[in-house]
Amino acid sequence: MTDTADKADNENRRDFLQLTAAGMGAVGAVAAAAPLVNSLNPAADTLALSTIEVDISGIPVGESRTVFWQGKPVFIRHRTEEEIKEAQDVDVSALSDKQTDEERVQKPEWLIAVGICTHLGCVPNGSKSTEPRGEYGGWLCPCHGSHYDTSGRIRKGPAPKNLPVPKYEFISDTVVKIG
Amino acid sequence: MGSGTREKFDNPVVDWVDERLPIFTLMQREYGVFPTPKNFNYFWNFGAILMFMLVVMIVTGLFLAMHYTANTELAFDAVERIMRDVNGGWLMRYIHMNGASFFFIAVYLHIFRGMYYGSYKAPREILWILGVVIFLLMMGTAFIGYVLPWGQMSLWGATVITNLFSAIPVVGEYIVTLLWGGFSVDNPTLTRFFALHFLLPFVIFAVVFLHVWALHVTGSNNPLGIDTKGPQDTLPFHPYYTMKDTFGLIVFLIAYAAVIFFFPNSLGHPDNYIPADPLVTPAHIVPEWYFLPFYAMLRAITFDIGVPFTDIVIISAKLGGVIVMFSSILIWVVLPWLDSHPIRSAKYRPIFQKLILILLVDFIFLGYLGAEAADAKYFGIPVNYFGLAATAYYFLFFLVFLPVLSKLEKGREMPPSINEAVTSKGH
Repeated sequence: MTDTADKADNENRRDFLQLTAAGMGAVGAVAAAAPLVNSLNPAADTLALSTIEVDISGIPVGESRTVFWQGKPVFIRHRTEEEIKEAQDVDVSALSDKQTDEERVQKPEWLIAVGICTHLGCVPNGSKSTEPRGEYGGWLCPCHGSHYDTSGRIRKGPAPKNLPVPKYEFISDTVVKIG
Repeated sequence: MGSGTREKFDNPVVDWVDERLPIFTLMQREYGVFPTPKNFNYFWNFGAILMFMLVVMIVTGLFLAMHYTANTELAFDAVERIMRDVNGGWLMRYIHMNGASFFFIAVYLHIFRGMYYGSYKAPREILWILGVVIFLLMMGTAFIGYVLPWGQMSLWGATVITNLFSAIPVVGEYIVTLLWGGFSVDNPTLTRFFALHFLLPFVIFAVVFLHVWALHVTGSNNPLGIDTKGPQDTLPFHPYYTMKDTFGLIVFLIAYAAVIFFFPNSLGHPDNYIPADPLVTPAHIVPEWYFLPFYAMLRAITFDIGVPFTDIVIISAKLGGVIVMFSSILIWVVLPWLDSHPIRSAKYRPIFQKLILILLVDFIFLGYLGAEAADAKYFGIPVNYFGLAATAYYFLFFLVFLPVLSKLEKGREMPPSINEAVTSKGH
């Protein structure tokens, strides 16, 4: 009687010891893996390339320039009067990613947005006035047919979000700092 | 492996080694006298062909790696140097590059063989699931391998596929940055892809070992799908199937060599001979042919799933496409439980036989759709609707037809044994 009780007690202790030992082993393995996984994150030199200054004085009305920032294209578009009006007159509640044009620009004539389709990362066409700009006059992604308007907002197609607006500031009337 | 009785070998050196490490006994047991159903057809050749292809890819890959440089500034030129200057480099690269395609031709036939003849059913579930794991590893390895030449399709294919992970709610963006090691597919991405492309084939090799081990525990399925009942139903693996496998392999290699020497670029995309440019997206991004059916399923989902009559989106179109694409393969893991019909082979299941042949046509059609431009139309109907219909059939087959047939389908009359089935036909 006491023998079996002793045995059961021992087994419980042993189970506990095994579980805690295995648990600590697992914690140790995760702790050892963490720095390895973290090494895959952007390195310091990659992060250091995070701001650029662009002279925008040479961009004619109706055209854009594509600049390279953090390995990504950024569209700087000098919008025409009609394009600004079109962007401002849109009924925001009908958009899939609801943003007014005012929220997306600092100066109405300059739209600055990251030129990466929010669907799967292609570069939309439409920066040059000779390229197809889609049904809303902004950009058209050649990969899966997402249409963006003159504010870089998604209007039609598989992309879920508007073209993101990077952090930027106008250093002067002709120079903008992105990042 | 280590214990058990051992028969003496005539050669004293072999016997001396075998006494200490019974590797010859193991080979003799697993590949010499191994009892194998005597009614295999040529669909049973692909296991051996795949094993051969894995070795070809590892060996040519090793030598290519000696001439390759994983750096965005140098990678494209390194591959061109292999093609033009390295002795026999063009041959090694064409063997490796087209080897990926032939590897996938063989694996698709191997998988379809397993589905058609019910090889996934008890007691071979683990064998089947290990096969699905190998297929997923192959897809990963092939995808990152295609990035290494650093052409336009390398860069943009990698961009599109890694961006799939951004569909994951909340942590998606962090995962993508972690995968890239930066803010776009760039040098850190290329170096880690090269490291992984070198590693993964050895992981595949290890899982293949488990796959073959599991196969040798249960024994092979066969075209009739009935169990072997004794020596009258089997043949020793050697020389019967070593010969049949060698013959099949030679036929396969003739087709493979014809492509290597006469049409080496016919299965690739010309845009990958343009150096990668992060500012210009190719007009038409297509993955390699072996991913097209899954790519078509990804693109077929163009609508959000949300709460009706509100703007609340539960699953965005992007996430929906990603879920559909990954489930289309992961669903194979539970195939042994979706199909619980007692008969294995489609030969004795008339309805299942028709539906799985339709599935084959459906899958090929999806591959065809995957190569079309996103805004293409057939008869004025956008190509996406065809993709959606084909995707629907794919999932209906697994999730509805198989469970229903498991309960309702009446099989054809089965022969009592392999021996009687094949001898009554006069073999």
